[in-house]
Amino acid sequence: MTMERAAFSRRSFLGHSYNLVGVVAALIILAWTLVAIFASYIIPHSIGDIVDDDYFGPMRQGLWLGSDYLGRDMLSRVLMGARYTVGISLAAVSIACFSGVALGMIAAVTGGWLDTCLSRFLDAMNSIPSKLFGLVVVAAVGSSIPALILTLAVIYIPGAYRFARALAVNINTMDFMTVARVRGESTAYLIGSEILPNIIRPVLADFGLRFVFIVLLLSGLSFLGLGLQPPLADWGALVRENIGGLPFAAPAVVVPSLAIASLTISVNLLIDNLPQKIRDRDA
Amino acid sequence: MNNLVEVRNLKIEATTDAGRVVEIIKGVSLDIADGEIVALIGESGSGKTTVALSLMGHARPGCRITGGEINVNGKNMAALSEKERAKLRGTDIAYVPQSAAASFNPASTIMEQVIEVTRIHSLMPPEQARKRAVELFWALSLPDPDGIGARYPHQVSGGQLQRLAAAMALIGDPKLVIFDEPTTALDVTTQIDVLKAFKSVMRADGIAGVYVSHDLAVVAQIADRIIVLKGGEVQETGTTAEILTSAKHPYTRELLAAFEPKQRQAHADAEAATNQLLRIDNITAGYGAVRDDGLPLIRAVDTVSMVVEKGRNLGVIGESGCGKSTLARVIAGIHPAAAGDIVFDGKPLQRAAGKRSRDQLREMQIVFQYADTALNPAKPVEDIIARPLVFYHGLDRQARSKRVDELLDMVRLPKSLRYRYPAELSGGQKQRVNFARALAADPKLIICDEITSALDTVVASAVIELLKELQRELGLSYIFISHDLSVVEAICDEIMVMYNGQRVEQITPDKVKAATHPYSKLLFSSVPKLDPTWLDGLVRDPELVSQYGHR
Repeated sequence: MTMERAAFSRRSFLGHSYNLVGVVAALIILAWTLVAIFASYIIPHSIGDIVDDDYFGPMRQGLWLGSDYLGRDMLSRVLMGARYTVGISLAAVSIACFSGVALGMIAAVTGGWLDTCLSRFLDAMNSIPSKLFGLVVVAAVGSSIPALILTLAVIYIPGAYRFARALAVNINTMDFMTVARVRGESTAYLIGSEILPNIIRPVLADFGLRFVFIVLLLSGLSFLGLGLQPPLADWGALVRENIGGLPFAAPAVVVPSLAIASLTISVNLLIDNLPQKIRDRDA
Repeated sequence: MNNLVEVRNLKIEATTDAGRVVEIIKGVSLDIADGEIVALIGESGSGKTTVALSLMGHARPGCRITGGEINVNGKNMAALSEKERAKLRGTDIAYVPQSAAASFNPASTIMEQVIEVTRIHSLMPPEQARKRAVELFWALSLPDPDGIGARYPHQVSGGQLQRLAAAMALIGDPKLVIFDEPTTALDVTTQIDVLKAFKSVMRADGIAGVYVSHDLAVVAQIADRIIVLKGGEVQETGTTAEILTSAKHPYTRELLAAFEPKQRQAHADAEAATNQLLRIDNITAGYGAVRDDGLPLIRAVDTVSMVVEKGRNLGVIGESGCGKSTLARVIAGIHPAAAGDIVFDGKPLQRAAGKRSRDQLREMQIVFQYADTALNPAKPVEDIIARPLVFYHGLDRQARSKRVDELLDMVRLPKSLRYRYPAELSGGQKQRVNFARALAADPKLIICDEITSALDTVVASAVIELLKELQRELGLSYIFISHDLSVVEAICDEIMVMYNGQRVEQITPDKVKAATHPYSKLLFSSVPKLDPTWLDGLVRDPELVSQYGHR
């Protein structure tokens, strides 16, 4: 009986088994990615144009998602917002995970004082509340896209470091690491070729999770007015500028919130339902 | 119902992760009479543990009992509900696991865990249970039977823990006890005590037993009957004497043949033997804080000297904790020595591997015991074997591919295996890949650290044969570290006995019977023989045992 159920919920394709939830999540993420890339071609109105006489207009033909607090087209603003939310978050999470994981593996393989110094320094970084850190940086250097990306990356490096180090320390005690060391391999080979393939799956899962955190933090910063500055707006900023529409149940405040939710939840679901390689000894 | 256990046409299936169903037990039938001890033997994957567990109505995750009857004490375990089975476990049927160390809870005392069964089944008041437990401790000849229950699991030795696990199994007065390779992880000197204790308790109380093992010599000491399993089917059944003297099935004969002393070929180049490949002088190494004299607090290897000659093999033998593995790591430079000199091929060698030249590293390879952890699970066999070819020899893609084929051929593995991952290989295949990687470096000396101890008897003896062949073809030298005398005897020209970090004796295999050092005598006399009367007839010098045995 368990057999039949397993065959029903998981299908196989190209030697991998996957399930429906994962596929749907992947499609949503893919859709948002495409929107982010081609946003400037598909928006019906320019994001700064005031196209509605009323503010917080309802959904209707021509203004499919209603209008915002100045009467601008909400659909265009959400589509363009995807570009900033996805782009900035992706850049930040890539920097955070790449540096964090690389440092974590180096610390685990090298050990000794390098490990101690790195760990203590990054622990100290970790103890700074992320929103406060963002506030201070924005106050000091002002809000620009590169500054935002770097700030978000720095905030999430310690977490990625801890995670990768904890995984790598376990791999580091295996005999094949000893064999590679006695062979005379360099640290670069040890981390890139011996450790990384063994921790790549959890690291990718962590990448996705951290992406979600960054989207939420970016939205939070924008909501506080510290993120992107008008007329540019990411989804968090869209929620903030239209918060006045809440009493009128305006789509202008609901839609960007749904956009944030759909992206973050999809990433989470995809991580939980990644395709699994089928390994069958006799097949 | 005549017999205590009657298994009829038992079938167990497992589901692979691709959803394929594999029949792992294909219709096994067996009987066990009251008070009889039956051994299930076979190689790993033969289904012996699966059959033993099914007697408790248990199938491991992913497996399920699909057919047949398992009648134990008049009840069909396969048909009972999980709740009813749980009632019988501990009272009618008990289980002694392979690794007692992993089965005890480190956070509570031994006594609490031993009497837990009586509490779960409300068999007797705790006071009475404690008294009964102490009686069992006496019967199992544990040291300090009255006080040992108050200790925690980490405060007693492995052999004691294994006997305590037996006490835990016996406290509910079961009619049947299942022993799942209970002595496989123990030293030979300890194994004897544990076997003796098991045997006397089982005999005294007339308890029936199932003894799962792959070691025929151990089984011969304790079992009345032997059932040989292979591929999920019963191959042969007979009394212990029948199986040992007149085995009919080819697989049983193979098992027996693995025990026959192998005559090693005399070296033709005996006169050239003065050619020293490796010499170590007064090596000391250990762990813990370094003291004023530059030596570590705990010395695992204490002023050991030895010589390995070209084309010849040195065996290092001793119980666990005697420092033999540390010695291997010191020679390989993984654990730098605190004092002493290493001379390899006429040139002095740095103590730490990191300071040795690439050629020096290449010429001395080390092969570890557990191929599972020695092979990177994320890489296919091809990449694992090819890495030393790139690293040391700088071969291009084509030459590399050709050489990988040759190496696989050398270790008698089919070429098609090169695309597999380590998890898709059997234990013996993994160890061969592990060895092929060492060969890929073109070494002069290979340090083998217990490379056969995780393998079945038959597979291990095939690996040993392979090593001998390769030595003939390639002129290698081995340092062979093991706790198993028969393995060392089969392949080594010289045997060094280690005890407590020190070299106690060095002899040649033909003089093993005439060992001079008392510890060597004890060690060599503790190796089980196929003779069923060996254990009962074994007389050990009590003074020796108290001095060197770890009870």
